[in-house]
Amino acid sequence: MPCRTVLNIIDLHKRYGQLEVLHGVSLEVKKGQVLVVVGPSGCGKSTLLRCINGLEPIDSGNIELNGGSITDGKTRWNLVRQKIGMVFQSYDLFPHMTVMENILLGPLKAQGRNRAEVEHEAEELLERVGLLDRRDSWPGQLSGGQKQRVAIVRALCMQPEIMLFDEVTASLDPEMVREVLDVMLELARRGMTMIIVTHEMAFAKAVADRVIFMDAGVIVESAPPDQFFENPASERARKFLNIFQFTGVTKEEQTDEKNGSN
Amino acid sequence: MYDCAAKGREFFHQGEADLDSAFVIEYAPMFARAAVLTVSLAAAGIVLAVILGLACALIRYFKVPVLRRVAGFYIEVSRNTPLMIQLFFLYYGLTRIGILLEGVTCAIVGLAFLGGGYMAEAFRAGLEAVSRNQIETGLSIGLSRRQLIRYVMLPQAFAVAIPAISANTIFLMKETSVFSIIALPDLVYVAKDLLKEGHSGETNLMLVVSYLMIILPVSIIFSLLERRVRRAGFSG
Repeated sequence: MPCRTVLNIIDLHKRYGQLEVLHGVSLEVKKGQVLVVVGPSGCGKSTLLRCINGLEPIDSGNIELNGGSITDGKTRWNLVRQKIGMVFQSYDLFPHMTVMENILLGPLKAQGRNRAEVEHEAEELLERVGLLDRRDSWPGQLSGGQKQRVAIVRALCMQPEIMLFDEVTASLDPEMVREVLDVMLELARRGMTMIIVTHEMAFAKAVADRVIFMDAGVIVESAPPDQFFENPASERARKFLNIFQFTGVTKEEQTDEKNGSN
Repeated sequence: MYDCAAKGREFFHQGEADLDSAFVIEYAPMFARAAVLTVSLAAAGIVLAVILGLACALIRYFKVPVLRRVAGFYIEVSRNTPLMIQLFFLYYGLTRIGILLEGVTCAIVGLAFLGGGYMAEAFRAGLEAVSRNQIETGLSIGLSRRQLIRYVMLPQAFAVAIPAISANTIFLMKETSVFSIIALPDLVYVAKDLLKEGHSGETNLMLVVSYLMIILPVSIIFSLLERRVRRAGFSG
C-alpha cells in the first residue's frame, strides 16, 4: 500500500469574483496512488487541478507538496511546476516545434539537464506510447490521440512527482480515446502518482485507487471505486451516476414506440 | 484616318532614340554607390526599428507600469507624423538645443523612430495571437517567464506578424527616398542632381530600376519565409 504523502490539500477556497468555485476542499494523495475526480461540469474539478500547479491563485487554504507548502506566497512556481506534470484537454503541443523538440524544451531549458541523457529518456517514453517513429513529425501532422500521447510524454520527461490529467480525452474522437487511456493505465501500473479528472466512468473504475466525487465546489464523496460505482453513499452521487446509465431508458422507449405503432 | 499603329511605332522609336546608353553606362556606378548607401541606411534603421518595436510590444503586452504609457505615446507620435518632419526635427530642430547629429545618424534614427511604431503594432498583434492554452502549457512544464517568451511566445508571435513585418520593411525601404532632404547622397539625391542636366528619361529609369533591384529581393525573401512558416504547421 502507498505510504508517503506526496500532495496534501487543506481547506482550499477559490473564488472568481462573487462565485466561490472551491468551497473548502481537503485532499491527500499518497505516493503511487491514483485519484480519479468526477462530478458534473462546473463542480470545480478542473479549477482544483489548476490551483495545484499555480495556474490559478488560491484565496485561502494550503497546498503542500512533499510536506512543504507551495501556497505560502514565497513559491517559485516555475520550480514547483517541474515536479507537477499537467496534461490538458486540448493537448497544446507547441506548433512551431517537432515532437522531439516539444518534449525536450522543459528538461533542457527549465531543468538544464544534459541533452543526450534527456533525449535517450524521451525516446524510451515515445517507444512506450508507440510513437517513436513520429519523433521528428510536426504536431500538425499528428492525430488528436497521437498529440495527446506526445503531451503526456512531454510532461513525463520532466520526471514529475505527480501527474495531473484534466479531461484529457474529452476532445478526442471515440476511437482515439482508448489509446490515450491505455497509456494512462500503464502509467498507473508503473506506480505513478496521479490525479485524473475524467468523464470516462469505465476507465475511472478500472484505474482509480480512490474516486473523489465533487459537486458545487465541495468533495461530496471519497471512496474506493467499487464502493462508489456500485453503492454510492450520497443521493447526489447516485443521480450523477444515473446520467451514464442508458440500458433501462432505451428499452422502455422502444417498447413504447412498438406499442404506438401497433 | 488616324493610324494608331504608326503613331505607336513613332512613339516607340522616339523613346528608343532618346535612351542614351552611354549616359546610362557612365552614371550606373554612381547609382550603384547611392544604392549601397540607401541599403545600408535602410538596413540599420529597420533592424533598430524591429528591436524598438519588439521592446514596445512586450512592454504593452505585459502592461509594464509607466513604460506602457511611454510606449503608447511614442507609437502614436511615430505613426502619425511624416518621416520628413521627423528628419527635419532631428537634423535642424535639435541643433537649436545644441545637439548636432550627422546626416547618417539622423537618417538611421529617423527611420528607426518611424518604423518602431509600425513594428510595435505588428508584434503586438502577433503576441496577442498566442493562445492562453499555449502560455499555460509553457508554464506547466516549468518555464520561467523569460523562457516562456523566448521559446514559446516569440516564435509564434513572429510567425503571425511576418506579413505585417514584411509590409513594414518594404514601406520603410521606400521611405528612405526622403533622405536627400538632409543632404545624404542616396538614390534620389543623385537622381535630382542628374535631372538638372537633362536626361530625365535615363535618370528616372535608373532610379526606378535601382529601387526595384533593392526592394524586390526583400519582397521575395519575405514571401519565402512566410511560406516556410506556414508549412511548418503553425496553425496547429
